[in-house]
Amino acid sequence: MRNNSVRAIALAAALPLVALTACTTEPSVTQTTGAGTGSPATNGAASSPASKDWFDQSLYDTQNQQRSATFEGDPQKPYLQYIAGPMTDTSKYAAKGAKKVCFANASISNPWRQTGWITMNQQLKVLKSSGVISEMETRDAKDNDNTQIADIDYFIAEGKCDAFVISPNSTAALTQAVERACQTGKPVVVFDRGVETKCPTTFIHPIGGFAWGIDTATFLSDKLKSGDKVVALRILPGVDVLEHRWAAAKKIFAEKGIQAKDYFTGADPTEIKKIISDELATGDVKGVWMDAGDGAVAALEAFEDAGKPLPVMTGEDEMSFLTKWKQTGITAMAPVYSNFQWRTPLLALEKIFKGEQIPTEWVLPQKPILADELDTWLKRNQGMPSGHYAKFGGEDLPGYPQVWQQRQMP
Amino acid sequence: MNRRAGFFQRLSATQIVYLVALATLILGVLLVNSIGRSFFSPGNISSILTGTSVLGFIAIGQTLVILAGSLDLSVPYVTSLASLIAAGVMANNPNNVLFGVLLTLGTAAVIGLAIGLIVARLNVHGFIATLGVGLIISGYLATNFKGSFGETPFAFRLVGATGLGPVPISTIIMLACAGLAMLLLHRTRVGHHLYAVGGDIAVARTSGIRVDVPVITAHVICSVLAGMAGLLLASRLGVGSPTVGSQGGYDLLSIAAVVLGGTLLSGGKGTITGTLGGVLIFAMLDNIMSVMQVNPFLKDVVRGVVIVVAVAVYARRRIVSRPERFAAKGSAETPAAQPVPAEGS
Amino acid sequence: MSTALNSGHSAILKQNRASRSERLLRALRTPGGAIFILLIILLAAIIVLNPSFGEPGSFIRFIGRTAPIAIAAIGQYFVIVGGEFDLSMGSVVTMQVIVAGNLIRQDDAKVIPVLVLMLVLGAFIGLVNGLITTLLQVPSFIVTLGMMLALLGLVLYWTGGAAQGNPADSFRQIGRGGIQNVPVLDIIPYPVLILTAVAVTAFVLMRRPFGRMLIAVGDNPAAAALAGSRVWWVRTRAFMMSSLSATLAGILLVGYAGVHPSVGHGYEFTAITAVVLGGVALGGGRGWVLSAAAGAFALESLFTLLNFMGVQATWRDTVQGGIIIVAVAAASRSWQRKRKGATASAHDDQHQLAPTPTPAEGTEQGGERV
Repeated sequence: MRNNSVRAIALAAALPLVALTACTTEPSVTQTTGAGTGSPATNGAASSPASKDWFDQSLYDTQNQQRSATFEGDPQKPYLQYIAGPMTDTSKYAAKGAKKVCFANASISNPWRQTGWITMNQQLKVLKSSGVISEMETRDAKDNDNTQIADIDYFIAEGKCDAFVISPNSTAALTQAVERACQTGKPVVVFDRGVETKCPTTFIHPIGGFAWGIDTATFLSDKLKSGDKVVALRILPGVDVLEHRWAAAKKIFAEKGIQAKDYFTGADPTEIKKIISDELATGDVKGVWMDAGDGAVAALEAFEDAGKPLPVMTGEDEMSFLTKWKQTGITAMAPVYSNFQWRTPLLALEKIFKGEQIPTEWVLPQKPILADELDTWLKRNQGMPSGHYAKFGGEDLPGYPQVWQQRQMP
Repeated sequence: MNRRAGFFQRLSATQIVYLVALATLILGVLLVNSIGRSFFSPGNISSILTGTSVLGFIAIGQTLVILAGSLDLSVPYVTSLASLIAAGVMANNPNNVLFGVLLTLGTAAVIGLAIGLIVARLNVHGFIATLGVGLIISGYLATNFKGSFGETPFAFRLVGATGLGPVPISTIIMLACAGLAMLLLHRTRVGHHLYAVGGDIAVARTSGIRVDVPVITAHVICSVLAGMAGLLLASRLGVGSPTVGSQGGYDLLSIAAVVLGGTLLSGGKGTITGTLGGVLIFAMLDNIMSVMQVNPFLKDVVRGVVIVVAVAVYARRRIVSRPERFAAKGSAETPAAQPVPAEGS
Repeated sequence: MSTALNSGHSAILKQNRASRSERLLRALRTPGGAIFILLIILLAAIIVLNPSFGEPGSFIRFIGRTAPIAIAAIGQYFVIVGGEFDLSMGSVVTMQVIVAGNLIRQDDAKVIPVLVLMLVLGAFIGLVNGLITTLLQVPSFIVTLGMMLALLGLVLYWTGGAAQGNPADSFRQIGRGGIQNVPVLDIIPYPVLILTAVAVTAFVLMRRPFGRMLIAVGDNPAAAALAGSRVWWVRTRAFMMSSLSATLAGILLVGYAGVHPSVGHGYEFTAITAVVLGGVALGGGRGWVLSAAAGAFALESLFTLLNFMGVQATWRDTVQGGIIIVAVAAASRSWQRKRKGATASAHDDQHQLAPTPTPAEGTEQGGERV
């Protein structure tokens, strides 16, 4: 019934596809390392309890101390500050000429990441014009572990990268891929979430989630009395940077006798409003704790709509929260997850290519915004959209303020 | 009808899919070359084929389910659950690998059986049954697993990381599963009954076919293949994760790949090869867009438009080619030509 | 058939029909009616657990905050009863919310023009969905899936992923405000008024030729086409109504929740769940529009009940999944029983049917029952 010519065309269509599979060059997908990942170095991937307890006393204590630590470097450039500690010797990477950077990004699916991405690209412009970096190729994994692993493998095989910058989507899953990147012998900079291996040249991050939890819970406990009710709004379960925040806060609330109830909101303002309204219907809510600033406005509006007095609140340095804070005059503080950390990886690479020593674990400052600084930060970020983060650290970069005001994505 | 349309009409849906795949390939070669890379380099091919593996397993299963006239929206959660069971049971011990694999696929089969029974016996539409079961599993995962869990041993992780040349082992396993599914559809009684039930369930029933069996079989196989996707992900990630399935959006994407491959959404007509073509098109598109560093938001726009346009291309084609029963010019034999005698008046 | 309602016939009709209470009971036993019973049970359970919920002020606020999803469920009803799916609803809501935020900003003068623009956009998206489904014959599942991906991607690309911020308060009053100082109720939120208007309109619409035609198209498109209806236009209008109700929900949500890219996420599946809970058969042809709205309320009440019962929030999905399977399984058994005649009480011995009048010579009235 079918034409022979039709068959021929279909075969011709299939032939190149078959040719794809016939290529048998040397195996480009190499085996993962045996030793490093076979025996888990840390207990992060421990397989025992299903419902993991995220609280880690030693990490908690370390971060608690780091809250009051002195940072090396110029306070006017917080994205270059670090806590003194072991340094990595990068003299073997020193080389002249512009280099190509390959960036495996977890995603730009929330306003925090979008703000950081814009800042990073402006920083890239500066380094391009000074001849440090020739280009930065980016692959966006859209919050998918499997995709990000493939992205890193692609970079290793095809990218001709002189350096890798990786913002891992999740800690355990990306560990092997990062190790494969380390094996290429090129510098590897990991920032934001970490991985369970010590092979990267440096791991850049602010102090951490436990410090956030301590800062916020201490603030709320100081302003409230024992027995007061606090509603804790959490975005998602299972993300370690977020889980650490709640683990520390929960501990302190329990110690100080604050009744804290936590809910997952998915960062949906509708959900947040419903949760708060329902809580207000059953009793008085004196404080609101958030593990991220998205939707803080909706929470406050729930109080306004119910006609109840506004709570003591901790949000984040997102502009929507800061403006609402100023507008309503509530007692509040804004913890930060230092958005300026998006500048540091490229600046670290600049140092690496010069052969300068850099901290093996680059701990950036994480200073919350308190009431006395609110006006300064609002002024510095005037005209910025509500999803912008005050501590983006890019005031001295080209394009300030238009690029951030208009959220120009590359 | 002009000649071009006539030629087009005679191609089967599967052949059209592969023509579209060829067009995408050519587009890819041109675009990738324009930035100085080769589309056919081992790294690029490996990246494309890796992108076909996980979606491929799920899409094969989805094809069987859609052929039977049902749908499966629970696949992302089954995949996540499978990765957790696999990584949890294996717990970095190579001796547990076989047991882990069997337990994972067994659990997936039981879930598929439950779905199949709900669809076939309780007469619940597949959309709702699998949406419901998916939500049930989702709640269980969210409550009990707060992050990655378990660890797969090195020997098992090799499956996700090695390949024959640029072809990953996982792709080969996936193609083998596709082959088995094709055998099932074209050479076994269950397969033929599947087509019959999907085509018209009432006709199938009155023809004497037990309509429950093909539907339940399709759902069981679909869930088992989703379990295999979970195993593959556990191998690649090294751990199990409760969100790995939903991260990939595999439910809607697999349905899109199946329909793109020429299978009718109402069931009864379609091929596995068409689905594989659809999966390949998606993988190539993703690869091209990543290499060209297209803005991630625009990637979704391209995907959405491609899905609709590609399906529109062959949706209007006559499904069953049947010769005209009545001649275009009225002839004496046609009943319509005879005037109907008016009644009464 | 203008003589059908003359007095003689209506008297016979009254005699042959069951009593009003019997008809009500029969209606409640259908899936579309049972949802109302379920809703009442759920609301009663909540009030038992938390008496302050039953206060008029609290209760009317609950209705107000459920209004967006109920309106979305009504829109989805039109599409599902016509035999299709609309998966793009969530993206339409998000798009409208962001359009409102970015175009109105703080300028009160822009409120009306942007409102009109949003409605036009909503209607346009529905038109595109409908035309591609009917004229290009692409399955609606695929069309709306593609629209969902493309629309969200476009909106996020246009705004760089995040919205500008909440628009002027005058616009937000639609979703947040209400008629103040009402006795007993304390406040009637505007969403409640809008929901009532939409529900009444939908109810009336389903009784008009369009509504009847929509059900006919959903039940058997071939027969409807042969009967002379323009199937493509009926379906397209259903899609337009669905997108417009998503727009309306978006307008309410701007007020209630504010502007954020995650508003409206997953709305289509919640709306489909609500419609299915309301006893509407997937595949079309059966179901009542008010049951769909009741389904939305039942879903919200269920979640509120679980909240007050202290059930961990992560189990919500499981409960939702179980409920919809049970509800649809029960509904399909009920429809099957009806088809087999198990519930027909017309064959009752006690219910004597009056004879029909014999027609006068040369007239069109009456006629023998064959």
